[in-house]
Amino acid sequence: MSEARIPPLPGNRTPDADSERKLFEIRRQAESKGKVNGQGIYPAGAPFPIASPETGYYGIPMLKQPAWTWEIPLYFFIGGASGAASVIAAIANYTGADPKLIKHARWIAAAGSTVLSPALLIMDLGKPSRFLNMLRVFKPQSPMSVGVWTLVGFSGGAAAAAFADFMRERFGPSLPISIMEQAGQAASLLFGLPFSNYTGVLIGATSIPVWNENVGELPIHFGMSGLSAAVGILELMGHEKSRALQMLGLGAATFECWEGWRIETRPSTGVNPLKKGPSGAIVRTGGVLSGPLPLALRILSLVGGKKRSRKLRHFAAMSAVAGSLLTRIGWIYAGHQSAKDWRAPLEIPHPREE
Amino acid sequence: MTTAFLTDSTLCIGCKACEVACKEWNGVEEDGLNWTGFSYDNTGAVGHSTWRHVKFVEHTPEPGFGGNAGELNSWNFSSDVCKHCENAGCLEACPTGAIVRTEFGGVFVQPDVCNGCAYCVVSCPFGVVQRNPDDGRAFKCTFCYDRQKAGLVPACAKACPTESIQFGDISHLQNKAKERVEQLHSRGMNDANLYDSSHTSVGGTHAMFIVRGDPRSYNLPPNPQIPTIYAKKAWTSSAIGAAMLLGGTLIAFLAEGRSA
Repeated sequence: MSEARIPPLPGNRTPDADSERKLFEIRRQAESKGKVNGQGIYPAGAPFPIASPETGYYGIPMLKQPAWTWEIPLYFFIGGASGAASVIAAIANYTGADPKLIKHARWIAAAGSTVLSPALLIMDLGKPSRFLNMLRVFKPQSPMSVGVWTLVGFSGGAAAAAFADFMRERFGPSLPISIMEQAGQAASLLFGLPFSNYTGVLIGATSIPVWNENVGELPIHFGMSGLSAAVGILELMGHEKSRALQMLGLGAATFECWEGWRIETRPSTGVNPLKKGPSGAIVRTGGVLSGPLPLALRILSLVGGKKRSRKLRHFAAMSAVAGSLLTRIGWIYAGHQSAKDWRAPLEIPHPREE
Repeated sequence: MTTAFLTDSTLCIGCKACEVACKEWNGVEEDGLNWTGFSYDNTGAVGHSTWRHVKFVEHTPEPGFGGNAGELNSWNFSSDVCKHCENAGCLEACPTGAIVRTEFGGVFVQPDVCNGCAYCVVSCPFGVVQRNPDDGRAFKCTFCYDRQKAGLVPACAKACPTESIQFGDISHLQNKAKERVEQLHSRGMNDANLYDSSHTSVGGTHAMFIVRGDPRSYNLPPNPQIPTIYAKKAWTSSAIGAAMLLGGTLIAFLAEGRSA
């Protein structure tokens, strides 16, 4: 091992034989080859870089980055959680589970779909009136159009079910209230199922390489992430004892583990934004918080005392909710990184990684 | 009549008259007086405020063509524009119906209907359409729909001094493009070729480009795809996801009910 060399400060270096030899070498290289191989600079092809099939158009990305900002990943998170919550509410009701759990799940679905989702979409669009333009047409070939109409149907059903709960508590059971409840519940189940995962279709069926490369798994992934968020929110609302929620949480966390494994072991360079750089860090953190961590906490909570079990499930729930949110942020951010990758759409192979 | 652009990079002199004429006619805002620092192309790419964009493609020195001296890079200029795809990703993705196909075959964003959802931005396989951050709506080349309706040629084609940008009936221009490439080959410019995407799901475009060498050095993708080709796989996955959610929830609550 040689001594570590401390570079002298600019303007404080003493010329010696070595330094002069190096300068002479650079001069000779420039004379003979017309270019110089040096560190820290890329002077080849001076005075300007040359556009070529290897560099594309000076490495300027061809694709545009998504124009979406923070509202959209948050909308994806809320949509997934409220969609899954409506399914939990309906099935819990049909199987005769705890009425308080049903009520809470209905409120999550209603708040998410009637207040938060439209608010976030309108913030993204800029003006409230612009949201109405979405309702001019129904285009089955546009996932955005299908999604908006699903949101409309879902929010109507979820609002009716939650409102029926409120009315029954206040005025007691009656036939109109029960009809409204049943109809709302059926609608929120019907629309809640696609609403929980259509956002995966929305970004999967685009020109962004990292998204369309994973189009076959994205909707399932987002749906399971939404389920783990809904379960987590319900547990944090005081349902840490529900065995059904525990089972759902275990299932969703197991799936998220598998999804993380699938992304990590994929050799394709197209999934690099999910593994590398800041977007990769967010996706990985989201993956650990959604998959292995809550899975381990939940398994640990199955053994031991009641108090300890509740505490562990509490942590698992928090981890799953945070993981679900980070997963959506990470995937959208990865789309930005992927759009910046000028090589992918031009089908230029990535340089071999060191 | 179905119309098209034929942009011939072997005739382009890089004057940017098309960019100026486009902004002049369409009233497009200025797009920033910035230096890109990599070439004389300081516009970079087409976008919400740049509907025509002249690419400055530099090749290695090539004496003989275009009067280059041996020590200077040779230049190719190519005026880029919305491709007006036969199967347009933006048009299919648009949830409001703002993006329509005109009677001339072009793809037009109706600004009074566009609501700024920006889904077209990620659905364009050529990275053309873009959301204007100040206005919130998406903009791109209109194919001078207004001028075409009045029987006029688009502003860029009208202003082009070398007829590098030609405008006319699509089948006429397709034949003309083939003839032009053959003519260039016969003169020894063997790397001239017509950029063609008709073999892909895009199914051809209403903007044709004669370029020299590999189209990728002009940022023209070899295999652009319309994102609707992913829809079937995506909705299948969505159905599986919904079935998993429904089945899992049913099993969980039925199991709980039985044990209780």
